[in-house]
Amino acid sequence: MFLALRELRFARGRFALMGTVIALISVLVVLLSGLSSGLVNDGVSGLKAMPVTAFAFDEGTMKDNAFSRSVLEEDQLAPWRDAEGVQAAEPMGVSIVNSTTDDGKQVDLTLFGVDTDGFIAPKTSSGEGLDRADGIVVSETLKDDGVAIGTVVTLDRIDVELTVVGFTEGQATFGHVDVAYLPLETWQLIASNTAQPGVPTDATVAAADYSLFSAVAVQAKDDADVDLAAADEAAGTTSMTLTESFNASPGYEAETLTLSMIQVFLYVICALVVGAFFTVWTIQRAGDLAVLRAMGASSRYLLRDSLAQAVVVLLVFTGIGVAAGVAMGAIMPDAMPFELEAGPIATASVLTIVLGLLGAAVAVLRITRVDPLAALGGRR
Amino acid sequence: MNTENTPALEIVDATLELGDGDSRVRALDAVSLTVRAGEFVAIVGPSGSGKSSLLAVAGALSNPDSGSVRVHGTDLSTLSKGASAKFRLENIGFVFQSGNLLPALTAADQLRLAGRLAGNRKVDAESVLDSVGMAHRAKNRPGHLSGGERQRVGIARALVNAPSLLLVDEPTAALDRARSHEVVQLLADQAREQNVAVVMVTHDHDVLEHCDRVLEMVDGSLGAVRTA
Repeated sequence: MFLALRELRFARGRFALMGTVIALISVLVVLLSGLSSGLVNDGVSGLKAMPVTAFAFDEGTMKDNAFSRSVLEEDQLAPWRDAEGVQAAEPMGVSIVNSTTDDGKQVDLTLFGVDTDGFIAPKTSSGEGLDRADGIVVSETLKDDGVAIGTVVTLDRIDVELTVVGFTEGQATFGHVDVAYLPLETWQLIASNTAQPGVPTDATVAAADYSLFSAVAVQAKDDADVDLAAADEAAGTTSMTLTESFNASPGYEAETLTLSMIQVFLYVICALVVGAFFTVWTIQRAGDLAVLRAMGASSRYLLRDSLAQAVVVLLVFTGIGVAAGVAMGAIMPDAMPFELEAGPIATASVLTIVLGLLGAAVAVLRITRVDPLAALGGRR
Repeated sequence: MNTENTPALEIVDATLELGDGDSRVRALDAVSLTVRAGEFVAIVGPSGSGKSSLLAVAGALSNPDSGSVRVHGTDLSTLSKGASAKFRLENIGFVFQSGNLLPALTAADQLRLAGRLAGNRKVDAESVLDSVGMAHRAKNRPGHLSGGERQRVGIARALVNAPSLLLVDEPTAALDRARSHEVVQLLADQAREQNVAVVMVTHDHDVLEHCDRVLEMVDGSLGAVRTA
């Protein structure tokens, strides 16, 4: 580090220029990471909150939008309940609707029809649970739209009126739309297209002759491995683990892949920028390096010193970039799906540093090819 | 072998050919040279006569095709590349044209780095600089030193690890006459005071009066010995 630190101080202008590029890349990496986390939460936070091991959909259902495409019958539920290692299996209805609140505000909702006493019933942060036919527990984020306990939401076209009875713990969204949990029977009434305008009651719900649902939510016993393929075969379903099921959320895969691709390009650019800088830097120092080699400095010493220089530059400027990115993230508008999470930011920062270091390592390897004879008055 | 009577540098029948095919030239042609501790030897000759090649084989930077090179009794041809580098650090000091100092380091740091490379983290840079009259410039970088001052710092750097052999490459190439005499006089003084063998290659015939011996190199052969 002796030479590394002194060269950093001596050529601070050049290193600052390169460092600024690293910092800007880090800012972008942080913003993309925040955007990625925000989009993930916006897309599947309703699913992530569920204590579910896997979801089963109708056999052959396309993966994309499987929740809204799949239609299952009651007899497809039993094989899952009987499958080895399964703690519980419950039907779940999923549909996305347009609605209007009683103060005229238009809100889109993803209706999650669930067993009100089951393991996927929502935990509430305020209000009550699902104990009435017209009650819905909605995402806490809807509070920002003026929705409160007691707000009546009228579904467009069918004019079914539902009342907000509680809010979920934190954000619960699916496909960028706020989730509204409601009793499965009420969901089935709505899905049957036989619902009459007005408030659904226990009687009207019970009268609906509709027992279909969208998916089976499966919860495995502790430490048990459920043979999903075998259960699929018995039930005539196609199952996905919870994580796989995220791709069944509308647009999820396209969004995450796009952002991931941009992030990968940024990492590659970072490695190339650092590599290019250290290539030029090493060429500029070739004379000095030849003198050091002639004096007896080992290649290992010189490599270590140059890599230490790269580590210092990457650590300092990635740190600056991350700090700036976090600061910018804090002032992002609410409308933007942006979520700063320590894990993804740390991963992105480490990747930036590691790949930058890789670029530097490839560049400084040319130190081993420096001929100490070049230090003498001219080549012989 | 490392006794007081052992020559600091002993080259016997060293031959070195460079290049390929038609461009192949004999840089060293059966060169023999013995330099004792405290002796200051100058080698003069035209460009391309083989002076730098002689420094290269004497400094363990390259091996001759035939013949032997011993520094304080150690046969350099027996050393691996890594061992050669370590040997240079501990036994050989180089003084390059224009000092060849590292632009990022102050005069004192040039010496400290040389010490660190040899595993010595407690170099008294100021006192070594003082011995070459440069203590007052210890905190200056090469960019703020004159040509003569840079060369003095280069000499101090070469001496900091107490080598037994000092190899000096055209030390006056970028200096005026007065500075050239000062620098070569300094080398001669250091050779005597520190009992270091000094081999200097130069074009500058004006400074030869400070040397104990002057040899002339022509077409790879060392000869025309004359005592200064």
